[in-house]
Amino acid sequence: MVEWTDFERATIQDIFSKIDYDTVGPATLARCLVVYPWCQRYFGNFGNLYNAAAIKSNPMVAKHGTTILHGLDRAVKNMDDIKSTYAQLSELHSEKLHVDPDNFKLLTDCLTVVVAGQMGKDFTGEVQAAFQKFLAVVVSALGRQYH
Amino acid sequence: MTSLTAKDKDNVRSFWAKVSGKAGDIGMDALARMLIVYPQTKTYFSHWKDLSPGSAPVKKHGITVMNGVGFAVEKIDDLKAGLLNLSELHAFTLRVDPANFKILSHNILVVLATMFPNDFTPEVHVSMDKFLAALALALSEKYR
Repeated sequence: MVEWTDFERATIQDIFSKIDYDTVGPATLARCLVVYPWCQRYFGNFGNLYNAAAIKSNPMVAKHGTTILHGLDRAVKNMDDIKSTYAQLSELHSEKLHVDPDNFKLLTDCLTVVVAGQMGKDFTGEVQAAFQKFLAVVVSALGRQYH
Repeated sequence: MTSLTAKDKDNVRSFWAKVSGKAGDIGMDALARMLIVYPQTKTYFSHWKDLSPGSAPVKKHGITVMNGVGFAVEKIDDLKAGLLNLSELHAFTLRVDPANFKILSHNILVVLATMFPNDFTPEVHVSMDKFLAALALALSEKYR
């Protein structure tokens, strides 16, 4: 089981209570599709992803970005058992969506960059460590049901 | 991975022109972050008395590292040739495991995001990510 310090728990709750899901979600997915374009393979029916401008203004990307970010809510609320919280979601990503689990890390790296941009100086090294630890646990749980 | 396009080089040069004034601060913050978020990197600095953010050795070394990045921007058209000496230094003297270049690059990108949120657009991000990866590759050139 993952051990969380009081600081880490407080940091995660704090970050997710303060971010604007409708800004951060779309910005994160758009950034991921620009910085790691091979991720676009999972979004064949999203329409125009031909360049950064198109990706950033694509309404399907925006909507899905928000959806993904809200997907993290359950982990935020169940930090002591993220593994079983995401068992079904992991199966979904493996069996139905066929997402290469290496992509999860790419997305969470973009989320880190976006949140860092939002928080500026407040995104200290300690906050970054807590945030990345949380995301690493999420990524691990999402990859667990793959076989 | 992929080589730098003309657009990438343009993005890197113009973004660097905007941020190079703060190179020392960027380097110090990135290094400090790396030591906190990836504690295994502290093994390379056991000879420092103080590894805390803002300490003298971290500050000094952050400046050194970032000056290296600035130097690489100038050599962007031929990183392999331009960084030959630095590669020999890292390969034979420092012997830093090249996996750590990726870790430091990530932290540089995070710092750029915190310090320049409006300029560090996705387009600039991808060019900088590619540039730092190419830099790391050039630094690894002499390893084996």
